[in-house]
Amino acid sequence: MDKIKVYWKIFKKNKLGIFGLGVLLFFIFIALLAPVLPISNPTLTNPQESYLPPSYNHLFGTNGLGQDVLSQCIWGTQISLIVGFFAAAIIIIIGLIIGMISGYYGGFIDEIFMRITDFFLVLPSLALMIIVGALFGSSLLNVILIIGLLSWPSTARIVRSMTLSLREFPFVEAVKAANGSNIYIIFKHIMPNVIPVIIATAILNISGAIFTQASLVFLGVGDVTDISWGAMIHNAFDSGDIIGGYWWTSFFPGLFLVLLILGFIFLSRSLEEILNPRMRRV
Amino acid sequence: MKPKEFHIYIYIGKKALYAIITVFAIISFNFLLFRILPGNPIEVLYRGAQLSPSAIDALYKQFGLNQPLWIQYFIYIKNTIIGNLGISYAYQLPVIDVLFPAIINSLILGIPATILGIYIGIWTGKIAGWKRNTMTDNLFTNISMILWAIPGYWLATLLILLIVLTGGVLPVSGMYTPGINYQSFFYRLIDLLKHLVLPLIVLTLLNYGQYTILMRNSLIDVTNEDYIISAKAKGVPDYLILNKHAMPNARLPIVSMIAINLGYLVGGLILTETVFSWPGVGWLIYSSILSRDYPVLQGAFLILAISIVISNFIADMIYLYLDPRIRYG
Repeated sequence: MDKIKVYWKIFKKNKLGIFGLGVLLFFIFIALLAPVLPISNPTLTNPQESYLPPSYNHLFGTNGLGQDVLSQCIWGTQISLIVGFFAAAIIIIIGLIIGMISGYYGGFIDEIFMRITDFFLVLPSLALMIIVGALFGSSLLNVILIIGLLSWPSTARIVRSMTLSLREFPFVEAVKAANGSNIYIIFKHIMPNVIPVIIATAILNISGAIFTQASLVFLGVGDVTDISWGAMIHNAFDSGDIIGGYWWTSFFPGLFLVLLILGFIFLSRSLEEILNPRMRRV
Repeated sequence: MKPKEFHIYIYIGKKALYAIITVFAIISFNFLLFRILPGNPIEVLYRGAQLSPSAIDALYKQFGLNQPLWIQYFIYIKNTIIGNLGISYAYQLPVIDVLFPAIINSLILGIPATILGIYIGIWTGKIAGWKRNTMTDNLFTNISMILWAIPGYWLATLLILLIVLTGGVLPVSGMYTPGINYQSFFYRLIDLLKHLVLPLIVLTLLNYGQYTILMRNSLIDVTNEDYIISAKAKGVPDYLILNKHAMPNARLPIVSMIAINLGYLVGGLILTETVFSWPGVGWLIYSSILSRDYPVLQGAFLILAISIVISNFIADMIYLYLDPRIRYG
């Protein structure tokens, strides 16, 4: 507990970190409260109100179907956060397992795992995700799985290099001498030491997944009838809003996306400075 | 042969072998990806296409589909190596003939964007890293972070909107104005350059941010080293320390990162080409998904993946040239 207090004290001084945390809390807040906020139904179409520019009644304007853009932006937060957290969870779990096993056992296992990892690092991931999505279907669950199952390699590499140095520590040898099994050492002693350091990576994974999901949906891989920021920009593009000069239908969802991503990036950077003492500013 | 030269050949040989193995792995992966789907591959690859029974027969023969999987695999490898990637049913042409012009178009956009992004990124990253924690540093670093967080297609959308709202000074779609008979090659080139401006700006900005941050961090790492401190103590002028002492070493990680980031460039290329309807490989991937032209999709993915492997190999060779520690082992 005391440790957390110390960290919080350092974190408080980091303006960008506080900004990031604030942005993140704001988005979690509007995602959870979307059903009760005083906004119009995001799917309600109204042909009389198509392409209204931003005004008091519609702060972000309306799209070609007369749907309220602000309300869609707020509801769209839900999908982004869901995809971000679940895909990042998959990335972290796979990255931890591959990285820890590879780094702990070394030798042949390490060689095989790292060759596979390098192979996936070389593949152009967005192209692969588009193709896999097109071949296997692109429901929300599939998109989460696609992003999660194809984005773990860099996390695995980071975990591996940390495990490599951890396994040389005396405490690991002590557990070995006390007849602790390898699995026990990996999960009880290596993992607790790896997790704090990869928190910053995990946060970047969340923002990366949100970013990728929006790109995929923009390209039409994913459900464009769901309300999400990527789908809003996709639809704006598809229905000619851009050429027509109706800037608000694509500007605001993109702005929300950039804000959320920036929030995550700033949070990750400040956490890295706290958890990695060498990066701390003096 | 001198021992040190021998060392270099071993290094090059290892890297080349690894590149070749990776290319084979990619070809095999590509084979598997389009085969693990339920149904037979002709149905999967040519779903929705109107093929005559004789055309289906010919495809069966060409891909050896009545034979066991491992024989199909070898037929696929042989076909890929001789450049036979199947037939696009959207274009009714061999896939390779569809891919080739697209590759050229992607290079016309991708090469200048990469060079500009790296060049400007290294330049501002160098200033930011050298003037660490000053206003200039914060400005460049924050701009790069924001650019990093901005989706390329959204940036493109905003630029197009800007052009549209200011009266359309530049073309926002395609590579040439449709339906024009050019008086000469010169007019054609001007038209191409006009179409190139917007996608080039977007792709350059997408690349720029990451190189600034990389260059800055790498330079900061190097300036903390003892030899820089001793150069300062000797009284070497600042600009000489930066350009002659720090930069040669600080540039090294950038070279390897450029290769690693090519996957990112390809992603940016897909999105940028799609928004601007630039007929490159990225746009081809997008349009092939819409038309379910799987043979083209398979071929385009193969080309993208192999080009990344080749670029990685080239980066390794540049590294060899730049870093004497590898040359003299």
